[in-house]
Amino acid sequence: MPTTDIEPTDTVDARGAACPGPLMDLISRVRGAESGDVIRLLSDNDQSLTDVSEWVDETDNELLAVDESGDEYEFYVEVA
Amino acid sequence: MTDRIAILGGGTGGAVLANNLAERLRPEIDAGDVEVTLINDDPDHVYKPIWLYVPFGKREPADARRPLQSLVDDRIDLRIDRVTRIDTDGKRLELRDGPGSLAYDYLVAATGSTLAPTEIPGLEEGGHDYYSESGSLALRDDLLSMTEGHLVLSVIGTPHMCPAAPLEFVFMADDWLRERGLREDVDITYTYPIQRVHGNPHIAEWAEPIMDERGIDVETFFNADAIDPEAGTVTSMEGTEIDYDVLAAIPPHRGVDVVEEAGLGERGWVDVNKHTLEADEAEDVYALGDAATTGVPKAGSVAHYQAGVVAQRLESEIRGRPATETYDGKTLCFIETGMDSASYVEFDYENPPSPAPPSEKLHWSKLAYNESYWLTARGLL
Repeated sequence: MPTTDIEPTDTVDARGAACPGPLMDLISRVRGAESGDVIRLLSDNDQSLTDVSEWVDETDNELLAVDESGDEYEFYVEVA
Repeated sequence: MTDRIAILGGGTGGAVLANNLAERLRPEIDAGDVEVTLINDDPDHVYKPIWLYVPFGKREPADARRPLQSLVDDRIDLRIDRVTRIDTDGKRLELRDGPGSLAYDYLVAATGSTLAPTEIPGLEEGGHDYYSESGSLALRDDLLSMTEGHLVLSVIGTPHMCPAAPLEFVFMADDWLRERGLREDVDITYTYPIQRVHGNPHIAEWAEPIMDERGIDVETFFNADAIDPEAGTVTSMEGTEIDYDVLAAIPPHRGVDVVEEAGLGERGWVDVNKHTLEADEAEDVYALGDAATTGVPKAGSVAHYQAGVVAQRLESEIRGRPATETYDGKTLCFIETGMDSASYVEFDYENPPSPAPPSEKLHWSKLAYNESYWLTARGLL
């Protein structure tokens, strides 16, 4: 069960994608998003745990939460 | 009853598949039990890897073109037309020129990649690519007149065709400028969207020391967001700005609209089972090459190998046998490391790449393959 009650604006389902696919899918969606949107990224790739946080640190976007309770990771990124 | 196979796209995947089917299903085709139709909107087949050499004056765009009719077996019904709608429920294709629509029993989307530079403000005006004929010629003009300044190679869109080509371009540019005595006056910068210089960590680990040794500057975590052609700047989503004099850019890529409109996948890429290459969202539809989202590179070798898999699966289905052939992710690429040296990688879903030491022999192997490619398109190699 998800441990966060954040309501995403949009979801990127990158389950099954090899690294760096999930991060690239997230970046692509952030490109087209509005400021304040919250993008939820679904990934089952362990590398995403470091890829996503490292990239968000390079930007003004914010990683609101990472839900690791299910079979896949859920990242919630608020667009700057 | 006749089994009708429609192949959309006459690039590497479509041409190899058509010729492979013509060979495998020769008795059925000759008896009128199977029809294979190949639809392409250009009368020419284009071998895109040639474009890498155009900016350096080594090849011409015409070297990459041959009439599709001359490459495809006579048993194939070749139609120069454009599909305007795919109806996967009714199993019909609407055609721009017609006549009428085309019914199919099996459909293969080999629809390739298209470029979408307009997704990045200023890119069309401010940058050139070598992923098109016009782009490679414009880049050649810019490079030939460049005697000093800053050459920037920016990978903007991923996934993109031939993931090794951006590395090849900067390695070749470095060597080419050195040979012409200009390297000290031209800085080269390579930008990449993630934290390393290539999507595959093994190739990135191999390439980074070479770039360092050659004095090629690197900007990672650089996702170009806007180009200002007047000011000559590229600005990234991460807030970095780079000045440029010549910008070689890898633009965002898409598949084709009819694929997306048919509900087969986002951005025109077909969602498939990465082993069987069957579409997730429709029955009796396959996809291969750039069009298929298998996670492996969008490269000619991939399309070639996948065409063999799809051909065997279709042969099995038509002959009433279980389709057992699967794609294992096999990918093969030569990687130019200069104007007279190259490396080579071969990998699959389970085994990562391990680039071979660069050598002149591998460079000539790459050039030799480029010449013999036309045998591949004919289904002979």
